[in-house]
Amino acid sequence: MVVTGDYSAAYGALICDVDVVAAYPITPQTFIVEDFSEFVADGLTDAEFVKVESEHSAMSACIAAQAAGARTFTATASQGLALMHEMLFVAAALHLPIVMPVVNRTLAAPIGIWCEYNDTMPERDTGWLQVYCETNQEVLDMVIQSYKIGEHRDVMLPVMPSMDAFILSHTVEPVHAPSTDEVADFLPRYQPQAILDTSNPMTIGSFAPPEYIQEIRYQSEVTMQKAREVIQQVNDDFAQTFGRDYHGLIEEYRTDDADVVLITMGTVTGTAREVVDDMRREGKKVGLVKLRFFRPFPLQELRRVAENVEAMGVYDRAMSFGSGGPAFIETRHALYGLDIPVVNFLAGLGGRDVVKEDVRLMFEKTLKAAKEGRAENETVWIGTRGVKP
Amino acid sequence: MSRQGEERELFAPGHRMCAGCAEGIAVRNILKEAGPHTIAAIATGCLEVVSTAYPQTAWEIPVIHAAFENAASVAAGVEVALRELGRKEGVNVMAFAGDGGTFDIGFQALSGMLERGHDVTYVCLDNEAYMNTGIQRCSSTPWGASTTTSPPGSCSKGESQPKKPLAAICAAHDIPYAATATVAYIKDLRCKVRKALDTEGPAFLHVFTPCPTGWRHGSDDSVELSRLAVETGVFVLWEAVDGDICNLKVTYKPKKRKPVAEYLKKQRRFGHLTDEDIQRIQQEVDEKWEKLED
Repeated sequence: MVVTGDYSAAYGALICDVDVVAAYPITPQTFIVEDFSEFVADGLTDAEFVKVESEHSAMSACIAAQAAGARTFTATASQGLALMHEMLFVAAALHLPIVMPVVNRTLAAPIGIWCEYNDTMPERDTGWLQVYCETNQEVLDMVIQSYKIGEHRDVMLPVMPSMDAFILSHTVEPVHAPSTDEVADFLPRYQPQAILDTSNPMTIGSFAPPEYIQEIRYQSEVTMQKAREVIQQVNDDFAQTFGRDYHGLIEEYRTDDADVVLITMGTVTGTAREVVDDMRREGKKVGLVKLRFFRPFPLQELRRVAENVEAMGVYDRAMSFGSGGPAFIETRHALYGLDIPVVNFLAGLGGRDVVKEDVRLMFEKTLKAAKEGRAENETVWIGTRGVKP
Repeated sequence: MSRQGEERELFAPGHRMCAGCAEGIAVRNILKEAGPHTIAAIATGCLEVVSTAYPQTAWEIPVIHAAFENAASVAAGVEVALRELGRKEGVNVMAFAGDGGTFDIGFQALSGMLERGHDVTYVCLDNEAYMNTGIQRCSSTPWGASTTTSPPGSCSKGESQPKKPLAAICAAHDIPYAATATVAYIKDLRCKVRKALDTEGPAFLHVFTPCPTGWRHGSDDSVELSRLAVETGVFVLWEAVDGDICNLKVTYKPKKRKPVAEYLKKQRRFGHLTDEDIQRIQQEVDEKWEKLED
């Protein structure tokens, strides 16, 4: 099929045979709820679709439905995700493996509808798994994998696969769509561990004093750490079943003999692959790491890559004001103790296009840092009016 | 309705409610009527804090708490999941929230749940202020009441706004059943719970629950104040079927309404009011009843 990223997400929910969808429309996620509404209207699914009055209620209803034993789905973007913020903590701490595609859109002010990661980045501490997609195929495949990873007994955490606003959400690409039967073999029925059931009453979401909360936090960290292994297993199973391999937490591109490596996320990765090929033809030994999962963060994987290079560049589509780009901050944490320069590149904020020349500049700055053994500037804003990169 | 002695207690003793809290009386009796095949969503608030302190629970039915403002959406989520999974038959889905979680912060979620027609019975336990956080005013607080954010002073008579008519607003959503009730009239309360549960679709119950801590009255006076609120006409027991708010059915009409002073003077939250202020409240109650009897 030739479809948008939004359609891929909605279709993923359809073939994963979700029981309950609760969602609220927000640009550029709207096609997801519209497409799913059509699946319901055409009888392609018997899922209950609750058209709630806000994103806060969308997440609340998903939490409740999942706690009652249902497989649930919702989707949002930007302001909608911010409105859910409070409930994201609840979903994760109650170990409810909800799957929620997020279309990355700039968070106001100024209000805009285009791509920026300042919506999902502030949610990195809520206990959700986060994965950033590069193509519409990856969106569909990651919805399927998200259920399998999240529902794994050792994980039981919600998952947030993200896609870039408009660049994926509203752009059509050819996507191979597995059938419901094929997915059913790969993804067994949801087997909840504790549910709201009158034959076995339990209280879910208790009030807890300090004597108990710390252990609950520890458990969340244990499951998040276990997710690393499960992500790789599910990736490998998926690759074997469907023939598409995303390589787990990160994907490397021409890093084997690279002098410098650039870390990218989302659709900029596609542009960066071309730039790597161009520069390789010019004899420059550059490589690329596609940072897929942000939670759990690929600490060891990035460190392993960094051990064999002279400098690293990190692309960010969001800024943690007063510190740095979130991917940069975390990469530096992963690389602590390694004596190589790391350069942070900010570009494409608010949905501004990131083109090949921008990515080439990132590589050149990183190559220069490698040559000089230090970064001239640690934080480089690319394509900003009045600011020299 | 079976005799109380034969019924199973579903709200266990040993919870941490204040002595004399009317919420406990209300919840215990509501659950007796609802029975064990009930799942409840509860909002953050007094009820949640006193009844679910981990690792204990006072609930003998399945209960889920998620946050403050969303008991209605959580109950809606439970209801659709049970329907989808084929487990809804014979199971009541209820929501319990305080006045803060209903009149104010939970109002949007409540309105959405009522409008979408979920088969949920929503119970608001109204003690007329944010009691769990320390007696702050709410849109449920009546005119003249002293709270920690509406204290009387040289420029203040206490709360400056009248109580929001929430049950009527809920009924105006054209829902099948809405009613008010209070703990001094248990038969009336249970009868309304039964009707709400037996009604297909959303039902709203506004249950008036005196609070010794916040209203500053004796812990043995809660039921008496519940009765006086009705006998003075301050709180009206009514029900509305199919959203017909022009034809509220008053389910208990005091033969001769007592003066509101009898109700007000038992509570220190009204202790600062002058005779003139009390007269103002009396007049508002009289006008309300004139309209009701019109």
